[in-house]
Amino acid sequence: MFVLAELKDTIRIAPDQFHLKLVEAIRDEINRKLANKVLLNLGLCIALKDIVSLKDSIILPGDGASHTEVLFRYIVFRPTIGSILTGKIRSCSREGVHVTLGFFDDILIPPSALQHPSRFEEAEQAWVWEYPLEDGAKHDLFMDIGEPIKFRVSREIFEESSPIGPPKTDAQQASTSAAASAAVASSQQTEVKTPYRIVAAINESGLGVLSWWDQQNQGAEEGDENEDEDNIEYENDEDGEGAYEE
Amino acid sequence: MEIVNPCYSVLSNYEVMESLKTLKDTKKKYGLRNLATITYETLQYLEDSPCKQETRESIHAFLTEVKNLSCKLTTTECLMMVNDPPTSALHIQLLIEDSEERLSEEQVNEILQIVAKHFPNTPSENT
Repeated sequence: MFVLAELKDTIRIAPDQFHLKLVEAIRDEINRKLANKVLLNLGLCIALKDIVSLKDSIILPGDGASHTEVLFRYIVFRPTIGSILTGKIRSCSREGVHVTLGFFDDILIPPSALQHPSRFEEAEQAWVWEYPLEDGAKHDLFMDIGEPIKFRVSREIFEESSPIGPPKTDAQQASTSAAASAAVASSQQTEVKTPYRIVAAINESGLGVLSWWDQQNQGAEEGDENEDEDNIEYENDEDGEGAYEE
Repeated sequence: MEIVNPCYSVLSNYEVMESLKTLKDTKKKYGLRNLATITYETLQYLEDSPCKQETRESIHAFLTEVKNLSCKLTTTECLMMVNDPPTSALHIQLLIEDSEERLSEEQVNEILQIVAKHFPNTPSENT
């Protein structure tokens, strides 16, 4: 679920950081820039792992700061498609079940990827798995907030999201990068974009709220394993049992 | 910012936890609020997961033994088993693609035994 990404960037060290060791200053600067941010098509950046190489630092005319090209490796959260993760249910809505990992919140299990058949309970604001029982009745399994849940990552969606630019018209006053993003922002208006979303699925046996499988798992497993034996035993016993009943 | 290699290597949860712990211990107290938040939250998550119980040695021993199995498992599958040690046949079925076809019942049991041997502290159905 975590990968190491190799990145290259030119890091600017302001003069007030000159009392620090260059490597230390650069580590801080990289972390300040990337930690807890989503990099497009890369994932959620967690922390700097190591610096691979530093090029010579240069000074640009009119700027007291030093600029250093750095090659470094960063710990990034990006689960592979198809992997299994465990999180907690954050909330349920008509759109599906929202799951959080604590450090990453934008995980959605759409209704189509829930255990079948499921329904949304308006009164409880929770999704319910209508687990069919053998006698045709069904057993309601609720997906309550805070419950640990195991899911499979089925899709990742990256979206270009912009920093919150200055309000509306004064895009020109902003710095160049902000101006570009403000233009994008104004076209999007108030719509909040999530840069990195994960679409998950729990429509397989073994996936879903952990407690569902806690009991069932053991039952099912024993059932599976003993099924053959049981059948044999039954066959053997049947005569006896039948005789007893009679 | 230039992405040289988006996936230089994969990391196990344990490795991430270790580096975050070192980071937390050496962390300076000023400025890096985002870093502090994400390390705290990620550590919270990881310390609640099975990798809390793992050690470098146990992972290494586990992987050597899994590699020696008669069945071929991919690196990703091994990684997933380290991150989330399977405790039941059903669990293995989830982690390993086409496990019904690729693994015999004995092999599944063998994997379960290896897991139990190297990661003994994994709760019977993990937290």
